[in-house]
Amino acid sequence: MEAAPQRIALPTRETPPPGTPISVRLRTRLRRYAPPLIFALLVLGIWQLYCTVSSIPESSLPAPTEIFSALITDRALLAENAWVTIQEIVIGYLAAIILGVGLAVLICSSKMIERAVYPWLVVSQMVPIVAIAPIIVIWTGFDLRPKIIVIALVSFFPIAVNTIDGLKATDPEMTNLLKTFGAKRWARFKTAQFPAALPFIFSGLRIGAALSVIGAVFAEWVGSSEGLGYLILTFNNQTSTTEMFAAVIVLAFIGLALFAFVGLLQRLTIPWYEDARVDDADGHEGSS
Amino acid sequence: MAALEGVDIDIRAGEFVSIIGPSGCGKSTLFNMLAGLIKPSAGKIYLDGCEPDSLLGKIGYMPQKDLLMPWRTVLDNVTLGLEMDGTRRRDARAQAMEELPRFGLKGFEQRWPSSLSGGMRQRAALLRTFLAGREVMLLDEPFGALDALTRQAMQEWLLELWATDRKTVVFITHDVEEAVYLSDRVHVMSGRPGRVELSLDITLPRPRSYEMTVSPEFNALKQQLLEPLHEASRQQMEEVR
Repeated sequence: MEAAPQRIALPTRETPPPGTPISVRLRTRLRRYAPPLIFALLVLGIWQLYCTVSSIPESSLPAPTEIFSALITDRALLAENAWVTIQEIVIGYLAAIILGVGLAVLICSSKMIERAVYPWLVVSQMVPIVAIAPIIVIWTGFDLRPKIIVIALVSFFPIAVNTIDGLKATDPEMTNLLKTFGAKRWARFKTAQFPAALPFIFSGLRIGAALSVIGAVFAEWVGSSEGLGYLILTFNNQTSTTEMFAAVIVLAFIGLALFAFVGLLQRLTIPWYEDARVDDADGHEGSS
Repeated sequence: MAALEGVDIDIRAGEFVSIIGPSGCGKSTLFNMLAGLIKPSAGKIYLDGCEPDSLLGKIGYMPQKDLLMPWRTVLDNVTLGLEMDGTRRRDARAQAMEELPRFGLKGFEQRWPSSLSGGMRQRAALLRTFLAGREVMLLDEPFGALDALTRQAMQEWLLELWATDRKTVVFITHDVEEAVYLSDRVHVMSGRPGRVELSLDITLPRPRSYEMTVSPEFNALKQQLLEPLHEASRQQMEEVR
């Protein structure tokens, strides 16, 4: 059967259908989570071994065990600063979503606006944020605002571009069908164009989530007195490499958590998309 | 260059009319005009004796692709037309639930379209058009993508459905047998520009059964249609050359 144009090719996740026995579910889980865990353990083992035998100074490369104990010892400091960064990321990311989706809808609303705005959208990504971040700090101060602006600027772009692609992917015949039902433009947008764009939007949201974490660190480097980015910079200056690594790990977990949350949101918002992909995968197995 | 020229068709209420012709003969243009999606540059389309400003929202339309929305369940797909009319959700659903058995979709209302077979998807698409409640339904090769056996079953089913409701059906196809089996009248079109080459009344009695398709009368009608159709296809080949 012909695949719907909404389905973009993504690797199929091995999700067992409901009603699968627990043992099979467990095995599927194991197959999904075991490889990254084993790989991580392997890398950590080699790392630990290298630090022990090579007598490399801790300030150059701390051993995993040392980093782990720093995570425990400095947990209060890390948690306090992580909370600051989490707030920045959440607000900045939400701003990026509003900006990205809003611009995309605006651009897709008329050819004229698209011609006027789209090139500048691309140009905005050519401007090195490094160059303008200090100016943003001068404009808005050292509080939360410049961080939100920098995060939004860094992560709105993939959201906007993916949303534009999604909004343009509507089957013209679908538009015709809705017209024959007497549907006006807004009704067509609401019932066909926007839902069809959702898988694309979620792709953009996932990329944007990863970028927002980088954006937060960067914004803190430019002007801040708290947050994980600030902490990383300070530890670096003090050559407290072990503590710096501990802060990086906390940051990585925040990024992973945000990424996973967006994935969860996707499964809740567009369950039909996942199901259609599983069905497709079944079809391929059957035909091969 | 005009896509259509000299298309003069009269369709009576409750009739089953087929339009048949080689691809590129302007069938789709005619179809989109009847649906109100394209305004004819010349000529007129009358509905119930008057010429409406726009036919949009007045004619039932079922394109070749089923166009079921993958993000809506079968139930929410088939009520789409009613929803666009502003029918209350509960009433729309109740209407749909009532019709589901006749369309062979009972028990499938909460499924995603992606889990349906080709025939079921097509019946769901037809139910969506049907529920919109227009007196005239345009069906563009609705069974074109189905395998031969499913298509046969769907044709029989469509005739039963039509016999009960007596909606006016305009059916586009390039299968001569299908056209003869289903229709009261068949119009053969040829390109370009598209025009009606022959209009043939199908005098076979109703209700029709599948055994009729091998009767001499059936074959005679088929023969009458095939001749101009063959000529039209041949002309088109030469034009391409």
